[in-house]
Amino acid sequence: MIALNGITKRFGAHTVFENIDLTLEQGEIIVVIGPSGTGKSTLLRCINYLETPDAGRLTVGNLSLDAKHATRREILALRRRTAFVFQNYALFANKTALDNICEGMIVVDGLSKAEAHARGREILERIGLADKANAYPASLSGGQQQRVGIGRAMAAKAEVILFDEPTSALDPEWVDEVLALMKHLALERQTMIVVSHEMQFAREVADRVVFMDEGRIIEQGPPDELFTNPQDERTQRFLRKVLANNPIV
Amino acid sequence: MLHATAETLLGRVLSGDPIMHVLDLDYMLGLLPILLGYLPLTLEMAGAGMVAALVLACLLAVVRVQRMPGLNALAMLFISFFRGTPLLVQLFLFYYGLPQILTFLVAINGITATILGLTLHFSAYMAESIRAAIVGVDRSQTEAALSIGMTQGQLMRRIVLPQATRVATPTLMNYFIDMIKATSLAFTLGVTELMGATQKEAAGSFLYFEAFLMVAVIYWVVVELLSWLQRRLEKRLNRAYQR
Ligand SMILES: Nc1ncnc2c1ncn2[C@@H]1O[C@H](COP(=O)(O)OP(=O)(O)O)[C@@H](O)[C@H]1O
Ligand SMILES: [Mg+2]
Repeated sequence: MIALNGITKRFGAHTVFENIDLTLEQGEIIVVIGPSGTGKSTLLRCINYLETPDAGRLTVGNLSLDAKHATRREILALRRRTAFVFQNYALFANKTALDNICEGMIVVDGLSKAEAHARGREILERIGLADKANAYPASLSGGQQQRVGIGRAMAAKAEVILFDEPTSALDPEWVDEVLALMKHLALERQTMIVVSHEMQFAREVADRVVFMDEGRIIEQGPPDELFTNPQDERTQRFLRKVLANNPIV
Repeated sequence: MLHATAETLLGRVLSGDPIMHVLDLDYMLGLLPILLGYLPLTLEMAGAGMVAALVLACLLAVVRVQRMPGLNALAMLFISFFRGTPLLVQLFLFYYGLPQILTFLVAINGITATILGLTLHFSAYMAESIRAAIVGVDRSQTEAALSIGMTQGQLMRRIVLPQATRVATPTLMNYFIDMIKATSLAFTLGVTELMGATQKEAAGSFLYFEAFLMVAVIYWVVVELLSWLQRRLEKRLNRAYQR
């Protein structure tokens, strides 16, 4: 189970969000939508401790910590239980596709190089890049890079994978292959929180869609309900705008 | 004055006196092996200075990048001083000045003082290049490494430094080349290295032009060899991570 209780984040005098509560069951897939600048990325980054929350509790599986006063060990433990997929892929430029995937297994999990490579090749197989094991990120397309980014997150065997707009930096031609991979993970019931405006994907894959605005969770529910019958006026307005650009077929 | 010179020149030309003596090539060739005998000392001073400067520069760069409280301000002061004053002044300060204050340094010899001066001076420049190279590594890679649970140390060793090294190497090679040339200042501290030896030879033969031309050629060739190496290295470094 993943739980955020009363999570608050400020940048100086600016409060991004206050007292956010959010709970996911294992195997649950939620998609977070909302206008830009609302705090979606910051929320994901707090769960991975890339940002330090100012208050609240974070619980991931059997690890539960006071988010503001987490110790170094707790932070590392939290990060091992969570994995992040970045909008701009953020692959290690000095490592091949295989080594990007194996890096965490070797350095963080302490696997031998041989074990890690064996698992790494399995993952490459699953993300459809078995032939690119020795390619550096600079020579991969955006879609391939993001698939490696997802592969790296898969290798972490995290309890939850956090996706921050994984397709929004991609040329349109590469979006589908990345979404297909994410659907594949969803079918395997990988717990995930996805910030994305791919409404079709949300419709097909999400167990729950969460609408955020101005640092608040305004409304949440199964995609069928939220998309067809939004309760809050802000949700209605946002959905009208997004669905106009990104219709569900 | 100009008139007088012209007159003398004209007089000398008319009377068949040479206005320029021909280069004494035999003298230069004879000088070459003598001077080359001093090349190892020059290279040793530069080599020792380079190794020490690299270590110090890495420490300074890490202090600066991590903004270590207290140490950061000290590092900035150090860098500012050693970049802001001439190397010659620094060498005189260490060799002639410092022993008056720190009396145990009376025993410092010119070679040690030169290596010390080169180390401190060049580490200040190199620290800034290394810092820029570290900072230049895409911040999102740092976050990616942290996101999978790597520690700061692992992140530095495995992701940041390998990439920063690649970026900084050509610049650091340039500093090494500068350092080789800067060793010639050691002769002002009484060290008989390449430049000091040339000075002595020239004073004996009075063939100043030949002697200093010879030493210039030696420095030039050494630097060209290193530049060639640098270009090859750079080509290889640019190819890295591309396939
Ligand atoms: N490192 C930061 N420093 C200061 N303000 C930030 C920082 N990161 C995000 N913010 C601010 O926090 C708010 C939420 O940003 P973000 O989480 O990126 O929103 P979203 O992902 O929903 O577009 C914005 O007002 C943004 O300007
Ligand atoms: Mg965002």
